[in-house]
Amino acid sequence: MPYNFHFDPVELPPEAQELRREVRAFLEAEIAAGNFGAGSGKGPFNKDFARKVGERGWIGMTWPKKYGGHERSHLERYVVIEEMLAYHAPTRSYSTADRQSGPMILRYGKESVKQAILPRIASGELCFCIGLSEPNSGSDVFAASTRATKTDGGWLVNGRKIWTSNAHNSDYMIALLRTSPPTKENRRHGLTQFLIALKTPGITTRPIINLTGAHDFNEVVFDDAFVPDEHLIGEVDMAWKQASDELAYERSGPDRWLETFSALVELVRRAGPEPDERLAEGIGREVAHLATLRRMSLSVAGMLQAGKTPAVEAAAVKDLGTNWEQALPDKVRLLAPQEGDSAPPSNDDRFEEALRYTTLIAPKLTIQGGTREVLRGIIARGLGLR
Amino acid sequence: MPDTIIADTATRIFQDLCEPQTINAAEAGTWPAALWDALEESGLPLTWVSDEFGGAGAEMLDGFAVARIAGRFAAPVPLAETLLAGWLLAQAGISAPPGPMAIAPVHEDGTLALAGGRLQGRARHVPFARNARHIAVLARQGASMVVALVAADAVTVAPGKSLAGEPRDEVSFDGAAPVAAKPTAGLDFAALVRLGAAIRAQQMAGALDHILDQSVQFSLDRVQFGRPIAKFQAVQHNLATLAGEVAAAGAAADAAAEAVARHGISGEQVAAEIAIAKMRAGEAAGTGAAIAHQVHGAMGFTYEHSLHHATRRLWAWREEFGNEAVWAARLGRMVAAHGADALWPFLTAGS
Repeated sequence: MPYNFHFDPVELPPEAQELRREVRAFLEAEIAAGNFGAGSGKGPFNKDFARKVGERGWIGMTWPKKYGGHERSHLERYVVIEEMLAYHAPTRSYSTADRQSGPMILRYGKESVKQAILPRIASGELCFCIGLSEPNSGSDVFAASTRATKTDGGWLVNGRKIWTSNAHNSDYMIALLRTSPPTKENRRHGLTQFLIALKTPGITTRPIINLTGAHDFNEVVFDDAFVPDEHLIGEVDMAWKQASDELAYERSGPDRWLETFSALVELVRRAGPEPDERLAEGIGREVAHLATLRRMSLSVAGMLQAGKTPAVEAAAVKDLGTNWEQALPDKVRLLAPQEGDSAPPSNDDRFEEALRYTTLIAPKLTIQGGTREVLRGIIARGLGLR
Repeated sequence: MPDTIIADTATRIFQDLCEPQTINAAEAGTWPAALWDALEESGLPLTWVSDEFGGAGAEMLDGFAVARIAGRFAAPVPLAETLLAGWLLAQAGISAPPGPMAIAPVHEDGTLALAGGRLQGRARHVPFARNARHIAVLARQGASMVVALVAADAVTVAPGKSLAGEPRDEVSFDGAAPVAAKPTAGLDFAALVRLGAAIRAQQMAGALDHILDQSVQFSLDRVQFGRPIAKFQAVQHNLATLAGEVAAAGAAADAAAEAVARHGISGEQVAAEIAIAKMRAGEAAGTGAAIAHQVHGAMGFTYEHSLHHATRRLWAWREEFGNEAVWAARLGRMVAAHGADALWPFLTAGS
């Protein structure tokens, strides 16, 4: 057998279930207080919310206590993340750091950086963005050409990163930069990861408005921006060894199948308690997909907790999850009972809003964090085909 | 966790005695006696029956694991059905007899009734009825339910078959007197169908495991345009999609098995997990079989090639004990009854 996928069932421990109740109570109180609204997506940038979440110990949950972490399990973290997403909590200001940048620093950063930065992520103070894509380097991430050139006590950075979500709100970027040319033997050689403070002179951030009309993307331009040696993350020229670990963490989380969840919730609301057969079947079909994805995602969290690196399983969850969540708004659109002039006055237009939002964001879901084509290549490699 | 000794035993028996020729011969009407005898000797068909009632006394999860393996090997014997029959008999405290068994009914609108010590009614699409020595029956008795054990030679069997070529017979009970009959509380036709759906989900997951392995291997062996077809990106992406479907079916089937093992066959949570499993595995069966055939090309469309042992069973099993549409509608009604704001709590109730 070429590769044996494992998705062992996971039973959440009692402390995780207790934690779920705590998180729900917190989120419901926040909604009741008007601190964020029920709706779609991660909502606006909200640092007050991040600080409250940090105070409760729900950022950097699995990290060591000496770096501000809480030494809790991946399963407990999983529960917090999925509750935040299901409630559309405004996690935008800390979610990238919690999911990707923090673990990267923890694993490959210098001791002084870990001590200085990680506790400030865990408190909800710092916002991070990811500097991978460039104008000529998208899916082909190891083609990056933004340069870091050695200088006294550090490096000078020149070039451009693009599609950088949230850069305009971020304190730091972890960027993949070219420090040497690729070698004939290894075209992925020569790239290095750096921690870059975005307030550094020589860095300009420009907005790129996406098709929903929102400002999330940016172009970040580096013009002789200085990065100290201390901010090197991992080994010079060897970033290719580090990047694949990072993706196992990133790829299978609930954010890979919950982004259009609001469309399903609002379909159920519009369907009412006794839908006809066609509508009941349509709802049931999507709920069955969603429940299965959740099981698989939870299972990956369980494997991470057991110290494994289920990179292929994680890619499979993301591929299934993003394809499903991308197709969902269109299914909802065609299932929903139509409401014309003779419809009873509706309470609000939550359905219309959810459908509009999820339809508009659908195209990005199979692109961000690794395209469908890249993921299927990873799975195919796992199957022994390449 | 299921017992690995039981799983290893099942795997070994199928590896030795469930060859493609055995499966073809079974479709042509030859009972695979050596395979069944080995299974029976190992105690596997009565995994779900306690020692007290003549069984192996293993866990529910062990029985589901056995069904998964039987599905992987396209075993042409009523192993899943005998598991179900043994379980049904045990619910009423009836000892399981030796030999292969069938169950009836397999539809929720069952008509079987016991009155004056005689069974009346007919059951359609009964798997392997003609091969069974006994049939375990769930029947109405007045306002309550009764489990009955009937000798197969006491009933009339009209042969039929599934599109996998497996026996799916019509059984007329015609006043047959059961060998044993005892009342049961808390069981109805729907509960029996639920357990049937849970076990078919496992068999489908097993068959999907198999077609993934078989398709990957074929793509590495088959050379076209000067290289193995596995090297073509279009083929790689199809196989990656197949792998995802296989993984999803397995995860959904396992979640249902865990729920049954933990909570029994009744209750909304178990019903929901089974609905999810049968619906998801059924969809994976359709998508997965189509990809496996695409990869195998014309060769996989021949009777000579063994791919159809798994794919025809997938197409048959997804229809049995409720197809995707039936289970999706049930699940949808459950979700709608709870309302939109309860959807997330509903999804997270099990774990």
